[in-house]
This record gives sequence, C-alpha cells and structure tokens, in this order.
Amino acid sequence: MSAEPEKPRDDRPPKIRMRGVEKRFGPKEVLTGVDLDVRPQESVVVIGGSGSGKSVLLKCILGLLTPEAGEIEIDGKPVTHVTGREREAVNAKIGMLFQNAALFDSLPVWENVAFGLIQGQRMKRAAAKEIAIQKLADVGLGPDVGELSPAELSGGMRKRVGLARAIAGDPDIIFFDEPTTGLDPIMGHIIDDLIVHCVRQVGATAVSITHDMPSARRISDRMAMLYKGKIIWTGETAKIDESGNDYVDQFIHGAAEGPIRMELRKL
Amino acid sequence: MNPIRPIGRAFLGFLEATGRLVLFALVGVSHCVRPPIYPRLILRQMIDIGYYSLPVVGLTTLFAGMVLALQSYTGFARFSAEGAIPSVVVLSITRELSPVLAGLMIAGRIGAAMAAELGTMRVTEQIDALETLSTNPYKYLVAPRLIAGVSMMPLLVLVGDVMGVFGGYVVSVYKLGFNAQTYIVNTWNFVEAMDIVSGLVKAAVFGFLVALMGCYHGYMSRGGAQGVGAATTNAVVSASILILIFNYLITEMFFAQ
Ligand SMILES: Nc1ncnc2c1ncn2[C@@H]1O[C@H](COP(=O)(O)OP(=O)(O)OP(=O)(O)O)[C@@H](O)[C@H]1O
Ligand SMILES: [Mg+2]
Repeated sequence: MSAEPEKPRDDRPPKIRMRGVEKRFGPKEVLTGVDLDVRPQESVVVIGGSGSGKSVLLKCILGLLTPEAGEIEIDGKPVTHVTGREREAVNAKIGMLFQNAALFDSLPVWENVAFGLIQGQRMKRAAAKEIAIQKLADVGLGPDVGELSPAELSGGMRKRVGLARAIAGDPDIIFFDEPTTGLDPIMGHIIDDLIVHCVRQVGATAVSITHDMPSARRISDRMAMLYKGKIIWTGETAKIDESGNDYVDQFIHGAAEGPIRMELRKL
Repeated sequence: MNPIRPIGRAFLGFLEATGRLVLFALVGVSHCVRPPIYPRLILRQMIDIGYYSLPVVGLTTLFAGMVLALQSYTGFARFSAEGAIPSVVVLSITRELSPVLAGLMIAGRIGAAMAAELGTMRVTEQIDALETLSTNPYKYLVAPRLIAGVSMMPLLVLVGDVMGVFGGYVVSVYKLGFNAQTYIVNTWNFVEAMDIVSGLVKAAVFGFLVALMGCYHGYMSRGGAQGVGAATTNAVVSASILILIFNYLITEMFFAQ
C-alpha cells in the first residue's frame, strides 16, 4: 500500500499543503500523518470509510481543531497555529459546508446565507439579501424559502442552504462535507454541476468529501483516499479504476470483501 | 495508595477550571471594548434580560417587601419598636433582598437560557460555523450578553427596590395600620444614597456573573443534548453560588468598618 508517486501537473505552489498532520482525541488516534497537496483551482475529493477522519481533516485546515503535530499551509503560509485576527483573515478566503449544515437557527434562511457578507465583509443588509436570494436560486431554492427559519426546512433543503452559505462570499477555497448526501438524484446532479461551476468558471479550489462515488467522479479532478489516519492513495479521477490499489478498488466498488475490514461482529 | 494524591488532583483540577474561566472572562471582556460591536445583538439581549424579566423581578421583590414588613412587625411589636419597620424594609430591600433575589431569578431565567442556547450552538457546530464565516464567537455571542447583563441588572434592581418598598408599604398601611404619610416620610428620611448605590453595584456584578456563567458553560459544553442539559444546570448553580459569595464580599467592601 505505498502511495502512488505522481508527476506534478503544473509548478504553481499548492493552495493547501499538509505534511504529517496528526490529530488525536484522548487515546483515539484519528489522523496519524496526513500528507496532502491541493493545487490551485483543482477539485479534490477525499474518500474514506465512515469515521476515518475526513471531517476532522477539514476542521484541522480551518483551525477549528488544532493538530498535535504536522504542518498545514495555505497559499504557502503556515496556518497550523494561527489564531485571532490572522485566522479570521485566512478563513475569509474559505467557505465551508458542514456535514450537518450547521445553520444558525436564530436567523432566517436568507440571513444565514448572507451572514458572511454582512458580518465578514460588512455589506449592507439589503445588498447582501439580494445576493443571498440569488445563491439560494443557484441551489434550487426559491426566494420564499429565504424567509423561513432553518427549523422549517427538510434535511436536503438545510444542506442546500448550507451550500449556498458556503459559496455566498465567492471564496477562494471551498470545503464541501458530503454536499449531496440526503438529496434526491436529480438535485444531487444539480449540486454537482454547481460545484463544478464554482471550480471551472469561478476558479475556486475545492476539497469535497463524499461517499457517493458517481458524484465524486463528476466533481473531482483528483481523489485522495484516507485510511487509518493517512492518505494512502491519490490520483487522477480519470484513472481511479486503474489505481492498482486494493483498498481503493474495494472502496469504489463498495465490496464487502477486501483488505478493508469493518470492525463488525461476525454474523 | 497515597491518600494525598486524589486531593492534590482535585485541587489541580479546580485551579485549572478556575484558570479557564478567568481566561474566558478576560477574553470576553476584552471583546466588549474592542470594535466591531454588534448593536443589534446587544439590544436584543438587553430586551430579553431587562424588559422580559421585569414581571419576575417585580413580583419577587414585591412579596419579599410584604413578608418583610409582616415578619418585622411580629418581632418588633414585642419591644414596641414598630416604628422601625419602614427603615428595616427599605434597608433590607435596597441593600440585600432586591439585588440578591433579582440576581437569583435572573440566574434561573437568563443564565439557563444562555447556557442552553450557546450549548446547542456548540454541539450543532454553529459556533464552528461562525468561525469559518470570519466572525469571532466571543464578539458575536459572548460580548453582547456580558454587556446586556451588566447594564440591565441595575435597572431591574432599581425597579425591584421600588416594588419591595411598595410591598412593605402596602402591608404596613393596609394591614398593620400605619399612617401612609409617616411611612413614606420615614422611609425617605432613613434611606441613604449609599444603600441604593451598593445595591446597584451588586446588581451590575451579579449581572456579569450570570451572563458569564451562562456563556462559559454553554460555550464549553460537549456531547449532545445531555451535555447541554449539564451545562444549563451548571450555569444556574454556579451563578447562584457566586452571587451569594460576591454578595458577601461586596457587602464587606461597602459596610464593614
Ligand atoms: N470532537 C470530537 N471528540 C472526540 N472524538 C471525535 C471528535 N470529532 C471526531 N471524533 C472522532 O474522530 C473520528 C473521525 O471522525 P470524522 O467525523 O472525521 O469522521 P468522518 O470520516 O467524517 O466520517 P463520516 O463519513 O461518517 O462523516 C471518529 O471516530 C470520531 O469518533
Ligand atoms: Mg464526516
């Protein structure tokens, strides 16, 4: 299971660079040395089993969790231990869709979407609302939804509002934690197209997490597989079927038999 | 097994928790005085703490004043010292009962609500989301609550003072047969600015403590619904205990010779 060496596609410095990142919760080791490069305007999907630490990985980059060891750089600047104002400046470049959407339930939907514009960029409320309504339309939600409270939304609608909030500020880097989970296949497809649009047309760099392999193939240039706290394989999405890695093969085919052992009781 | 060890560990744990709380308070206060501030949020908290707590505080102090007049009468009548009742009522109310009762009521009403709200925001990752949207949660969540707590509690206590004295007046005049005018004159002559000021200082401190404990326990809560429940309980209990401790300390500061 050696990591596939790959030739760099361009010489620009990586947008996100992780080296030897380790994160543990008490005795539980979640990340044990993650190395990952994400190039500018690239869309990378991180795949890996449930509970393997994919969400933790994103939270480490955002500074919501502090790794015990390792280095994380964004645009060539180390951000591992950055806090306060500097962290705000770093996070201003990043949009994040949380796995559970994490909408502010004390605010109406449109204000959730416009939050970064109003608070972060100090935009006028009326102008921010207009953009919010537009972003809601991008994710297939009408302006009437903007007036609802998050508690009145269905799971898939919450996810899409979270997505609209993540892209509202046209961030440089976007993290999508399971963007299409809980959506019907058609809406899932539309969201995939939206992500691709953000990367191709708007020029953002995207890191997504998904268990949905067809969606992963549609939205990614490259995939990285997280297993036992390390990135054990990265490679072009187009070549994922010839990865030559048993773990990846088992994962993309969803086979119960293979080197990945689920910790289950024998039936 | 060394019997000293668990004691030492508990003591260290206590020091650590205190340190964390003090640090939290310092960071929170520092964000109250540095821009940007959020006037909307401060106003919303002020209305919540100040306006919507009026009935609770008013009723509590009204009945406290009433019972105070009644009880002192049964005691003082034995020494024919009924004339002291107006002064006893106004002193007890302004110095002690109004701030402490209002503080405890606010701890139950506001401290619990703050802990539950921030705790829910914590466990549903809303606080994390704030940070990813370049908004400092101390500034956005903690500072407005601290400011509102410190500024609104004195107003509530002022209302409590009036209601408490009014309660004593009602019982004394309509039940114990005092002359209405004499009661008011006695009250007015006896009360000093210091009595009221000390009560208001207490109120500001209690308001800060309640908001601080609510925010701290909510902000630090872990582990789902149960964690939020525990945070709420801890916020109310710790705020109540701190109120009683600080009540003594401030009284000592103002009135001990
Ligand atoms: N705040 C936390 N405290 C303790 N343990 C945590 C915490 N957050 C995550 N973990 C642990 O870290 C591991 C990885 O969690 P993570 O949420 O990153 O999984 P994931 O790969 O995103 O899974 P899924 O695909 O199901 O979302 C899990 O085993 C979880 O128990
Ligand atoms: Mg996850």
